[in-house]
Amino acid sequence: MEKFTGKVWVMGDDIDTDIILPTEYLVFKTIEEMKPYAFSPLREDIAKELKSGDIIVAGNNFGCGSSREQAPEVVKALGVKCVIAKSFARIFFRNAINNGLLLIENADLADDVKEGDEITVTINDKIEYNNKEYPIVSLPENLMEILDAGGLVKAMRKRNGLSD
Amino acid sequence: MGMTIAEKIIARASGNEVVKANDICTVELDLLMSNDGTSHITVDKYNALKHPHIADVSKLVWIVDHNLPSDSVKTADSHKKMRDFARENGITYYEGEGVCHQVMLEKHVRPGQLIFGADSHTCAYGALGAFGTGVGNTDYLYAMVTGTSWVLVPETLRFNLKGKLPEGVYARDLILTIIGQISANGANYKAMEFGGEGLNSIDMAGRISICNLCVEAGAKTALMEVDDVALSYLKEHGREPVECFSPDPDAVYAQVYDIDLSTIKPIVAKPHFVDSVVPAEEAFGTHIDEAFLGSCNNGRIEDLRIGAEILKGRKVCPDVRFLVVPASRDVYKQAMKEGLLEIFMEAGAIVMNPNCSVCWGACQGVIGEGETLISTGTRNFKGRCGHRESFVYLASAATVTASAIKGEITTADKL
Amino acid sequence: MGHTIIEKIIAHNVGHEVKPGDIVTVDVDYVMLDDIMMPFIVSKFKEMGFRKVWDPNKTVIICDHLVPASQVDDTRAYHISCDFAKEQGIANLHRSDGICHQLMTEAGYVKPGHVVFGTDSHTTTYGCVGAFSSGIGYTEMASILGTGQLWMRVPSTIRVNITGKLPSNVMSKDVILKIIGDLTAAGATYKSLEFTGDTVENMSVSSRMTMTNMAIEAGAKCGLFAPDEKTAEYCCIELDDFQKSLKGDDDAVYEQVLNYRAEDFVPVAAVPSNVDHCVPISEIDNVKVDQVFLGSCTNGRLEDLMAAAEVLKGKKIAPFVRFIVTPASRKVYTEALKNGTLDILLDAGADITHPSCGLCCGRTGGILTDGEVVVATNNRNFLGRMGTNKVNIYLASPKTAAMSALKGCICST
Repeated sequence: MEKFTGKVWVMGDDIDTDIILPTEYLVFKTIEEMKPYAFSPLREDIAKELKSGDIIVAGNNFGCGSSREQAPEVVKALGVKCVIAKSFARIFFRNAINNGLLLIENADLADDVKEGDEITVTINDKIEYNNKEYPIVSLPENLMEILDAGGLVKAMRKRNGLSD
Repeated sequence: MGMTIAEKIIARASGNEVVKANDICTVELDLLMSNDGTSHITVDKYNALKHPHIADVSKLVWIVDHNLPSDSVKTADSHKKMRDFARENGITYYEGEGVCHQVMLEKHVRPGQLIFGADSHTCAYGALGAFGTGVGNTDYLYAMVTGTSWVLVPETLRFNLKGKLPEGVYARDLILTIIGQISANGANYKAMEFGGEGLNSIDMAGRISICNLCVEAGAKTALMEVDDVALSYLKEHGREPVECFSPDPDAVYAQVYDIDLSTIKPIVAKPHFVDSVVPAEEAFGTHIDEAFLGSCNNGRIEDLRIGAEILKGRKVCPDVRFLVVPASRDVYKQAMKEGLLEIFMEAGAIVMNPNCSVCWGACQGVIGEGETLISTGTRNFKGRCGHRESFVYLASAATVTASAIKGEITTADKL
Repeated sequence: MGHTIIEKIIAHNVGHEVKPGDIVTVDVDYVMLDDIMMPFIVSKFKEMGFRKVWDPNKTVIICDHLVPASQVDDTRAYHISCDFAKEQGIANLHRSDGICHQLMTEAGYVKPGHVVFGTDSHTTTYGCVGAFSSGIGYTEMASILGTGQLWMRVPSTIRVNITGKLPSNVMSKDVILKIIGDLTAAGATYKSLEFTGDTVENMSVSSRMTMTNMAIEAGAKCGLFAPDEKTAEYCCIELDDFQKSLKGDDDAVYEQVLNYRAEDFVPVAAVPSNVDHCVPISEIDNVKVDQVFLGSCTNGRLEDLMAAAEVLKGKKIAPFVRFIVTPASRKVYTEALKNGTLDILLDAGADITHPSCGLCCGRTGGILTDGEVVVATNNRNFLGRMGTNKVNIYLASPKTAAMSALKGCICST
């Protein structure tokens, strides 16, 4: 089972899609151009500071708001390994899976963890922090299929007889 | 020795009996117009003064028209600065009333006045026999603080109009023709003075359109004799002249042009200069992405009537975004009353709130890379209306509307 | 055992009974694609290896976020939209007719019982006519364009039952804001909200639209009203037996039932910066207002404009307050023009813009700056949505918005 360790960035409840990526940047041609503006209404500098392999830990309803898929794509493009939240908004959840961004629901971690600390995640099993274990519920089968294929685009390419 | 209209107005404003071209005079300004293009910069410069002071606040008119409604935080910031300053200092302030020059002509300009506007198209006020000229915000600030400024008395080019414009040809075609003839710097530093019996047949909207565009020939100002047409416009808007000036018979002109209106034809100015004019038919067939009927040059009720008349019973070409932008709240209301907005909307046009729109290249309506616009706006400079790689043709309300219907440049008689 | 509306719509679509939690694949009746997402939809569609959309007649493309263009890059999305429509033979292309969610029902596409997806979260709106509709991302949209299908989990249902007569100063906007405040922004995540009771039966389809439009703000997958005679008239159809059956059964299983008395509602606002921060207007009625925005797919319809006009007739808005009116569609604009509503609003000092998303999507249409207060009739007041993160957005009804423009501070009629 895949296991990784990363530095934590802590965010609150209801981190909406306008915070993750404001509308004015949606018209940029590429996700790459959008990267500097991620989370800018809330924390202007975080996009610069996020490093590949970092982990975002948040409260309830992460990703609420719009259907803009640029939001999970930009989070993934910034190198965020996964987002762990008490709960996720529905459209964001689907969009993240479709782009291969790992989301983990956990009710307790957000209350315990401090920004800058490291946590270790074992996919579909547990999170380890401060000598404490936080269980992870595994994803439904159809979603694992999309994740296993490497996202929905790749799954569709496979269906259409195309290679990666 | 006799004086031109420009000389007479400056003589009055400078307290002299006589002035002549190339004199430098200190004048007292009658009105000072500023819009959201630069007012925020004026405020900054004003606040940096050691002894900030406004000579006569009743002469100041500030108008938000360029980016309305606000299209960015940057705009919101400059609007806020302008609005707060106007409010604190009791400056006459309009936001949403219309394009600045149209609002000035509807509500403030009087024959005989000398007016500075922090906008190049201030020369439009000549249609009411007022000397309007565009200045930068430093000149504006000086005038605002002292109530005065210096001016070099301009030489005058005289345009004697005779006859009548043919059916389907408009004042807009006339002024584009003149600019093509004298070129984009043909009137640099000069006044353009219009008169003659031919002027009688041109309505106020046409006159404003003519004077407004004179800066595109480099003119410092444009002036027309005040006749019954101008006086009745003034009366309708509840104002009286300060003084109506006519040129003296022995006035000295740098050059005199005699123009037979009956010879004017539909014209377009091609990218990227206002003086690149050709007969409209030479541009026929040019594919367009957007058409614009509006601006301080051609967004008056008379222009909308021309557009609506052509559009009635027809549809805008689906591939064309046809922007219809009344020049003021009063124009919008009148167009609503006459059923014109209904015609535009039902034909598929985009009817916007009064603002500068694509003529200014911001605030809704801008054109993208590789796109072509045909416009009743004032300028077709490269990049003026949006992307630097885009193309703008200038034409009359009629030609713009006809082109919007066809999806390519054409004139109304060819539909 | 009985069923809720969403269970009936899905069962009819897939051809067998379903229960909450089931994962099913539905056949899609309509898809709505909006301009701002088109560049990504098209590129994903091609990347997936698709060439032709499964059904051009079921595909609707609407340019509303970026028309008229306010930035030079905006026309790129417009041209990609037009080119894709041409290439795929999609006739259902709206280039400047108004907001997508208004047009999907108004222009006659969505009917009761349909299954519809759109690349915008407020796609929940079409539940106003008893259709299941929900927002998705552009990758899933690309896959539907190729296959005509999408997987979904059958949601459980929260029933919101309202009975009695609403006070005259309360609009359906106040009702849904209060419900979202009670449920919280995540309270209906993954669930269907089913609105019932004589209060909503007496509402116009337009008023219902306001409520289904905002169902997403409680996290809901969809919001639904049972189709009735008003729905039939609005959709210009006779309801068939299936459509008539689209109401919650007496023995349907609801995860939760919320009961409200209409008389208890008061004018409210969602205060910065969450939609579920619902506060009675009476508690914030001294807040000074810089701008008022009347428009959006939530509240830009004829009845909304008329409600504002009723407040403002013969009056002028407060000095230095901007009042921006953006009708939801070309049809709304034209009707408001013909019945004199626009005239009243114009005289009161409104700036009437062309129908589009306008300020609601934060791209143009009245962007604000630090410290400014806006009362807006749209659906979101998120941080930075209409300018800087120090803009204070209060969401309220058209009546409250008009009254606030008149007085220059937040207040209700």
